[in-house]
Amino acid sequence: MKKIGLYLHIPFCRQKCSYCDFYSFSASEEQKGRYCDCLRSSILTSCKALQQRKPCKADTLYIGGGTPSCLGAKRLESLVNTAKSAILTEDAQITVECNPFGTDEDFFKILNGCGVNRISMGLQSAVDGERVILGRISDKNQAEKAVLAAQKAGIFNISLDIMLGIPNQDKESLSRTADFCLQLGVPHISAYMLKLEEGTPLYRNAGKYSFPDEDMTADLYLQLCETLSSHGIMQYEISNFAKPGYESRHNLKYWRCEEYLGLGPSAHSFIDGKRFYYPRDWEYFLDGKPPVPDGNGGGFEEYAMLALRLSEGLSEERVIKRYGHKIPMSMREKARRFESGGFLISDSSGIRFTRKGFLVSNSLLAELL
Amino acid sequence: MARKENIRNFSIIAHIDHGKSTLADRLLELTQTVSKRDMTDQLLDNMDLERERGITIKAHAVKLDYKANDGTQYELNLIDTPGHVDFNYEVSRSLAACEGAVLIIDASQGVEAQTLANTYLALDHDLELVPVINKIDLPAADPDRVAAQVEEVIGIPCDEAPRVSAKTGENVSEVLESIVKLVPPPEDNDEKPLRALIFDSVYDSYKGVIVYVRIVDGKIKAGDTMRMMATGAEFTVVEVGYMRPNAMEPAKELTSGEVGYITASIKTVSDARVGDTVTTAQRPAAEPLEGYRKVNPMVFCGVYPADGADYENLHDALEKLQLNDAALSFEPETSGALGFGFRCGFLGLLHLEIIEERLEREYNLELVTTIPSVIYKIHLTNGEIKEIDNPSNYPDPAIIDYCEEPTVEAHIYSPPEYVGAIMDLCQDRRGSYIGMTYLSADRVDLHYKLPLNEIIYDFFDALKSRTRGYASFDYEPAEYQRSSLVKLDVLLNGDIVDALSFIIHSEKAYPRARKIAEKLKENIPRQMFEIPIQMAIGGKVIARETVKAMRKDVLAKCYGGDITRKKKLLEKQKEGKKRMRRFGTVEVPQEAFMAVLKLDDE
Repeated sequence: MKKIGLYLHIPFCRQKCSYCDFYSFSASEEQKGRYCDCLRSSILTSCKALQQRKPCKADTLYIGGGTPSCLGAKRLESLVNTAKSAILTEDAQITVECNPFGTDEDFFKILNGCGVNRISMGLQSAVDGERVILGRISDKNQAEKAVLAAQKAGIFNISLDIMLGIPNQDKESLSRTADFCLQLGVPHISAYMLKLEEGTPLYRNAGKYSFPDEDMTADLYLQLCETLSSHGIMQYEISNFAKPGYESRHNLKYWRCEEYLGLGPSAHSFIDGKRFYYPRDWEYFLDGKPPVPDGNGGGFEEYAMLALRLSEGLSEERVIKRYGHKIPMSMREKARRFESGGFLISDSSGIRFTRKGFLVSNSLLAELL
Repeated sequence: MARKENIRNFSIIAHIDHGKSTLADRLLELTQTVSKRDMTDQLLDNMDLERERGITIKAHAVKLDYKANDGTQYELNLIDTPGHVDFNYEVSRSLAACEGAVLIIDASQGVEAQTLANTYLALDHDLELVPVINKIDLPAADPDRVAAQVEEVIGIPCDEAPRVSAKTGENVSEVLESIVKLVPPPEDNDEKPLRALIFDSVYDSYKGVIVYVRIVDGKIKAGDTMRMMATGAEFTVVEVGYMRPNAMEPAKELTSGEVGYITASIKTVSDARVGDTVTTAQRPAAEPLEGYRKVNPMVFCGVYPADGADYENLHDALEKLQLNDAALSFEPETSGALGFGFRCGFLGLLHLEIIEERLEREYNLELVTTIPSVIYKIHLTNGEIKEIDNPSNYPDPAIIDYCEEPTVEAHIYSPPEYVGAIMDLCQDRRGSYIGMTYLSADRVDLHYKLPLNEIIYDFFDALKSRTRGYASFDYEPAEYQRSSLVKLDVLLNGDIVDALSFIIHSEKAYPRARKIAEKLKENIPRQMFEIPIQMAIGGKVIARETVKAMRKDVLAKCYGGDITRKKKLLEKQKEGKKRMRRFGTVEVPQEAFMAVLKLDDE
């Protein structure tokens, strides 16, 4: 039976962070309740429709946002239970994104009780000066408390987000953030480079800050890769690091071009070779309107683009299995120049990027594909 | 038909900014050729580019009906002329179709470089000059002083010269009276075989080529078979008539002394060459009129479409522009770096810029141009002399005996306080001093010989900035002089980029090389590998910069499962690569070429 991923988008945040352009806003309790009800009915009807076409189960559930934790534990529990009844396998990896603010041991106990077995928490930085610039509402101590609370409640598979390229960030401040994560003993770290998105407060105020330059940001990235791997937290994707066995199974589906169903405004899906999504419009979703088609997906170029984000890279074996042909010779030939430049490795098992290659993966992909 | 004694054919000549187009506007208004309602500023400058830049590029002709103070009805043909030094040739064409010229002098600035240059051109054509002192409304106007200066420097009486303000319209009617009084009427040669001088032509997609003529002898009417005396091509005349500002006014015939247009379904402009003489097949004239001196382009550069697929479009556009601009020359050339394009010849840098802008605006072409060059004479050790305007034809230095470069004689007019600054500039540009004349207490004429390749980049801008805009400049080609020249090559990642090579005086090579290397470094984005930029003469590297390798170009957070966004980003990135010029493994954006061309003179 096919195993898909299920994604639920929670478009609420208590307060918007200065760098964020994801679809989210602050909502009243009444709005949150209404949205949950709507999302639950959407889970039931969408999964049913899907299973009528072909038998399938979901072995991952990812509740992302926004800030799912601001729904409160009870509502999250109801969403998880609905998903379980509709489509989840027994051993599904169930992740909820949380903000340190407003989460305590009781909160995590309820989540753990209903089967949530993975928490992804936005830390961004353990240096409070950097957190202020990013507009994070909590301080470092609250983040620490939240992680400890989750662990106390029995959830140990915790991922922390770290941001690279924050104004004033340097090697020393980054190592403080990394040490903070290592001391808490979390098995998964995501590290993203700050990108100024148009329309965000940080974009408007960019002139006030001094951002690390291209070389500095690259050095920060390499430093983090090094630190984490020396502690057994291995890189498995451009921005993701985990102790073996603690990878995000849900996100791996995106990168391996597997199927997933996304529900909620701005959620994307990939089912039966078709991509579709709900617009960034909460009314649209509440009205029960259907998702918008987004063309075909799963072609070789797309597959390669995603696979090359992973440390395992583009595997010759998987390409043959999926497409019935080898990695094209033209791509191998183009890769040669970059292999000698230390950007990638191209051998009988496939093509994979090195750290140096990950850092310039956009350019590299444009050259190879 | 107007009687010959009531026809006046005249041009307006002036230094740039002395108010030529504004005066022309007022004359059109006064003669009610254009109603106030339809008046747009600088009506005769109908190219957008002309209005924006405040310069006249093309000659324009228009017929005015004027009832003089004594009640006589006159037919005035105004032929507007360009004012910039690059376009002397156009001026000369317009003047050949006239009996007189209105010479405008700014009441505050007085005689300037082009005032004199244009005066000499008019005298060459035996034209009667009608001096007009303009801008008397300005606070700094000093018409008495300027009148005295004109009498002294140019040697024409000025006591009766109208003193006007074209801007406010004050006294402008006096200009018309002076034209009628001073400019002689054309001769009546109606009975002779047709001879008409083509002074301009424009291409019209409906009528074909519209030929602007001055009828010197004879008559022409629709149905006649016209013959071009230079090419022998014959056409049946479809229509003749007069030029009005907003329309063409068909007429029964054009007769000697008149200025008008002819259409004859002429398909290509090369069949109606400016300067040629039109006669009729029925009764051909024995001798053509004296044509114009042939203009030779002085400045050359490669013009390439940014998108190679536009090559044919560029070819068509150049052909169309050449129709109306005999001074533009072009021939196909190929560059290893830029692909297929054209080597174009221009009168000067302004001409080059204008053509480039017109190609981009009117024909929607995106262009890459190479560094402008002049024609060098290279004497080889075997006695052969090579004339080259393209650095890629520069011979192996081992077989070069010596080189020669073209020079110009330049007159720079300026208030005396800037003489030092101008001398410094000319010295920096390898000029040799010829002399200095005081035109009046506040006007000096500095006379220099300068290598042409020193003035084609940015000399005029440098002059203006060093003299706060008070200096004016005019030049004419002079002889070739022996010179120590070298070819400077640009190497990216070890490969010569032919489109960036240029020929330069050996003493200038080092600073220029450094500047270009810096500019390229600024304008070439970091790429996957480090890019060495080298400037070399022969095999010797004299300047070097490095574009560091790119360190970071990575997509941040994946937005849920939004793979389409990623794909679009990848497509955009690939699209961006296509817009770059690729040299081996190095990608160079168009802007880098432009930046090298626009080296500011700090």
